[in-house]
Amino acid sequence: MTERIGFEPKIIGFLCNWCSYAGADLAGVSRIQYPPNIRIIRVMCSGRIDPAFVLEAFKNGADGVLVAGCHLPSDCHYLSGNFKAARRIALLRKVLADFGIEPERLRLEWVSASEGDRFAAIVRDIVEEIRKLGPNPFKNKDGETQ
Amino acid sequence: MSNKKVGAVLVVGGGVAGIQASLDLADSGFRVYLLDQSPSIGGVMAQLDKTFPTNDCSMCILSPKLVATGRHPNITIVTNAEITGLDGEAGDFKVKIKKRSRYVIEEKCNGCGICAQKCPVEAVDRFNEGLSNRNAVFVEYPQAVPLKYMIDREKCIGCGTCYEVCKAGAIKYDQKDSETTLNVGSIILAPGFEPFDARLKSEYGYGRFKNVVTSIEFERILSASGPYGGLVLRPSDGEIPKKIAFIQCVGSRDYQLGNTYCSAACCMYGMKEAVIAKEHTPSPLDATIFYMDMRAYGKEFDAYYERAQGEWGIRFVRSRVAGVTEDPRTGNLVIHYVENETPKTEEFDMIVLSIGMHPPKNIEKLASTLGVQLNKYKFCQTNTFAPTETSKPGIFVCGAFSAPKDIPESVAQASGAAAKAMEVIASERGTLVTAKEYPPERDVSKEEPRIGVFVCHCGINIGGVVNVPEVVEYAKKLPHVVYAEANVYTCSQDTQKLIKEKIQQNNLNRVIVASCTPRTHEPLFRETVQESGLNPYLFEMTNIRDQCSWVHMHEPKEATEKAKDLVRSIVAKAALLKPLKKPRINVTPVGLVIGGGVSGMTAALELARQGFEVHLVEREKELGGHLRSIHYLLEGNENPQERLKALINAVNENSKIHVYTETQVTEVSGFVGNFKSKLHQNNGEEKEIEHGVVIVATGAVEYKPTEYLYGKDPRVMTQHELEEKIANGQFKAKNIVMIQCVGARNDERPNCARVCCGQAIKNALKIKEKDPDAEVYVLYKDMRAYGFKEDHYREAATKGVLFVNYSDERKPQVVNDNGTLKVTFYEPIIGKEIEIEPDALVLSAATIPNPDNKRLAEMLKVPLTKDGFFLEAHMKLRPVDFATDGVFLCGMAHSPKYIDESIAQACAAAARATTILAKDTLEMEGIIANVSEDLCSGCRICEPICPYGAIEMKDKNGKLVAHVIEALCKGCGACGTACPTKAITMGHFTNEEILAQVRAALVEVKA
Repeated sequence: MTERIGFEPKIIGFLCNWCSYAGADLAGVSRIQYPPNIRIIRVMCSGRIDPAFVLEAFKNGADGVLVAGCHLPSDCHYLSGNFKAARRIALLRKVLADFGIEPERLRLEWVSASEGDRFAAIVRDIVEEIRKLGPNPFKNKDGETQ
Repeated sequence: MSNKKVGAVLVVGGGVAGIQASLDLADSGFRVYLLDQSPSIGGVMAQLDKTFPTNDCSMCILSPKLVATGRHPNITIVTNAEITGLDGEAGDFKVKIKKRSRYVIEEKCNGCGICAQKCPVEAVDRFNEGLSNRNAVFVEYPQAVPLKYMIDREKCIGCGTCYEVCKAGAIKYDQKDSETTLNVGSIILAPGFEPFDARLKSEYGYGRFKNVVTSIEFERILSASGPYGGLVLRPSDGEIPKKIAFIQCVGSRDYQLGNTYCSAACCMYGMKEAVIAKEHTPSPLDATIFYMDMRAYGKEFDAYYERAQGEWGIRFVRSRVAGVTEDPRTGNLVIHYVENETPKTEEFDMIVLSIGMHPPKNIEKLASTLGVQLNKYKFCQTNTFAPTETSKPGIFVCGAFSAPKDIPESVAQASGAAAKAMEVIASERGTLVTAKEYPPERDVSKEEPRIGVFVCHCGINIGGVVNVPEVVEYAKKLPHVVYAEANVYTCSQDTQKLIKEKIQQNNLNRVIVASCTPRTHEPLFRETVQESGLNPYLFEMTNIRDQCSWVHMHEPKEATEKAKDLVRSIVAKAALLKPLKKPRINVTPVGLVIGGGVSGMTAALELARQGFEVHLVEREKELGGHLRSIHYLLEGNENPQERLKALINAVNENSKIHVYTETQVTEVSGFVGNFKSKLHQNNGEEKEIEHGVVIVATGAVEYKPTEYLYGKDPRVMTQHELEEKIANGQFKAKNIVMIQCVGARNDERPNCARVCCGQAIKNALKIKEKDPDAEVYVLYKDMRAYGFKEDHYREAATKGVLFVNYSDERKPQVVNDNGTLKVTFYEPIIGKEIEIEPDALVLSAATIPNPDNKRLAEMLKVPLTKDGFFLEAHMKLRPVDFATDGVFLCGMAHSPKYIDESIAQACAAAARATTILAKDTLEMEGIIANVSEDLCSGCRICEPICPYGAIEMKDKNGKLVAHVIEALCKGCGACGTACPTKAITMGHFTNEEILAQVRAALVEVKA
């Protein structure tokens, strides 16, 4: 058993049902290990992800947020939801800076149903990066992990 | 001859093939009797731990199908039964059935299991391959369907305990065997196979040395519900082995035993067992596989082989094992083998024998009762162009009984056999079936949320990492949760019954399952809650296996905390769930088949014979595809060109098929049951068609090599070019070298192209037939002559074709030395480089994806594999479906394959498509957008956002408001996200629900 010390980031992942959630399942089926810091929320399409969901996550102390959908340009099960997500998240990152949250805490990635390894690598990378950034500056002291 | 036809089918054998055939038939409007000689269905797949190449848990993927079969209103499962007589003919058979007694009244037994708990008698557990004991009253396995106990009368002492404890009054010691006659229109044989009796291979010590086990025993050892709870232990002393060996081809490719064929699945399952054994063993485990040829010929199999050698560190030794001896003091075993002509020995703690597939027991009796011909190995006789037909009209075959094969091929063949069985009685569709009835829906709108949480151990898949009891206790304390419990397998049929009971007892109005992925299991649980009177959308699921226990295997504490977070988060969402209605849509009973090769034509013809209109689109000038370049077959004397001509004629003469040659599909819109497509003909004509399903049969192409002087020297050709030359009588070469795996199994294309070994053997034999003095060398990595093809491999070797193995490190070298073609290769048996000057060099060029696949995939919104072939919905159990409803695939669009395999898949795709086309209306998904007209400001932002044109503006009392066209809405939710007044709610994924989920996920756990 690995003993974890220090700051353990909490990441919220919004995954589209058809590509990214399936990719995350494939990581499991292939037993590709990644750190247990992410909590996945399934939505049907990355185009469903309202900036309000992301802001709510940061407001409630998430140290990072991953939005993942089907690859551009044309993997999206709903034709163009991924483009919508791409635009919304790009804008949202700009807004985040105004709130004092480092835009690096919000990641947009494309993961297909056959990319279990890629999904695991992305989670590893995010956790690593957020670890360097430190806790969400909004998080109150009670909320900090041990 | 009678004209009477009966709209019912008898399926013989309840393994995965029989189950698939039954489901397809029952979903297409036919009554099905599914007969099995054991007390429950499931077959060998139910005994397996994991499945290759995805390492999916076998029971987890099979269980939903078992449950669906068990609860299907049009399937009657007849267990403990055998056929004793047959009368009549295709369309109207009368089948005599003998049903052995269970000594338990099936109608009364509710599967509670109290009888087995109290039974004082122990008997050998055959389901666990004799490695553990069960009681004299038993079910074969916990997820058994039907879940009805049975008394083993040979062991029962008649003490009366079970009779006393059975509250249902189901025990009946004097129950008699019964006989019955079934009237059916057609019959499908799916009796499976018998594992080889390893005692016959006495030199490997099975039966004498305790630590030599068979592969099927090892599956049970690996299984969480097996004799050792999923830990790999030695049978002799219960020690954890450190060094384990697998011996391949036990009872296969064996000339002494007369089992000369290859059992086709053992290479992959041997590798899988080695990989899973390492995974299930806490200490380091050395695994070695002794093999002759590694036959990883299926889709993505070579990628698995690569991982087994690299990442998973399995050692592979190419050698036939001569014998095994035991050290009686330690129980260790010594393998005696020959490698590179040198005798060697090596000691292991445990040995697994990869046993082959044999024809089912007593098959000759069944075959003679039914009048069905067997081949020389006593498997069912079929032919290349009719792979699911037996010698008797109206009787069809699928699964391992037609030839040894793996699960996806059995499943595809099963759907294919279902298509053929339906064809016989197509006129009787719908005459003997009843529709599924659900109880009236309970109105929960006035109730406070009362949530029930069911947490799955999934054997040890979850429970081995996550502390499930702790998660259950945690769930009980969450808001609105009034009930929580753990299940060994939440997906099993008995648990479905239990969930329904708990809903009633606790007046639950929301149900949560914390287990695997909703992508595969949500439909099952939704149906369960619906059967107890709840709206199916009052169900939610969270994934604590694929996205938790399996990816945090070495961090049980963190994984348990994560599982709690996930449960807490989904409970918060569930409290807000609302009932949703499922809209119904009409179905256009027309098919579109893209691709006019053997697969496309077969699929079109099958659909037409089911009574549906079909549009068949081919981009070339002529129908025929790849088959046009095949002039003779490896097996049999059939002339492929004549068969092709007959097939084209049948297609052209069928008035229900509209053929479009030199035509491409340029646009597909719509959805299952209601597609609209544009066809563009080369002459510039455009046509729009409406159809309910799409079958993709676009085939594949031969790789044009860049290696070995191809295109630079006229003596270098591909196998297809060689075949063309032989067929035209232009081939005169005397000295021929063939090189296998050109453009396959390399860095660029890691997978095997499957058909090239058979092609090389076929062409080599043809050359030898025309000119016995011709010298033919075949340079290969592994000769993948699986199944009965092994016989032809042997025949070629006997006729003097020289097969020489090469490795990636020492590939053959080809040069043009002043006009002389020179091939140099290393001959491992004599250990020397050999130089040959052939007058023809034949390259076995890979079969590669059709370059048009990418465009088609984007148009149809379906995925491709990394290699560029189409990717089906599930590699094991949904081989011809896409995840997108109403779209199917078959033939080489799926992956390279032989003609019989393409035809079986084409029939399968037609059968799967028929499950849709046979219905007048389809029930749609209830997850769609909803507009609150009060909140809508009529800004029209949502209108162009919807990619399906599902939003139209309507006048409502002088105010313009958005309106959702239910049948067109696919539920992506993009409109709801864009709506500035939040007038659009996305069913089952509302803002409130998702926000609640986010907040709850982030509440820090305070112990």
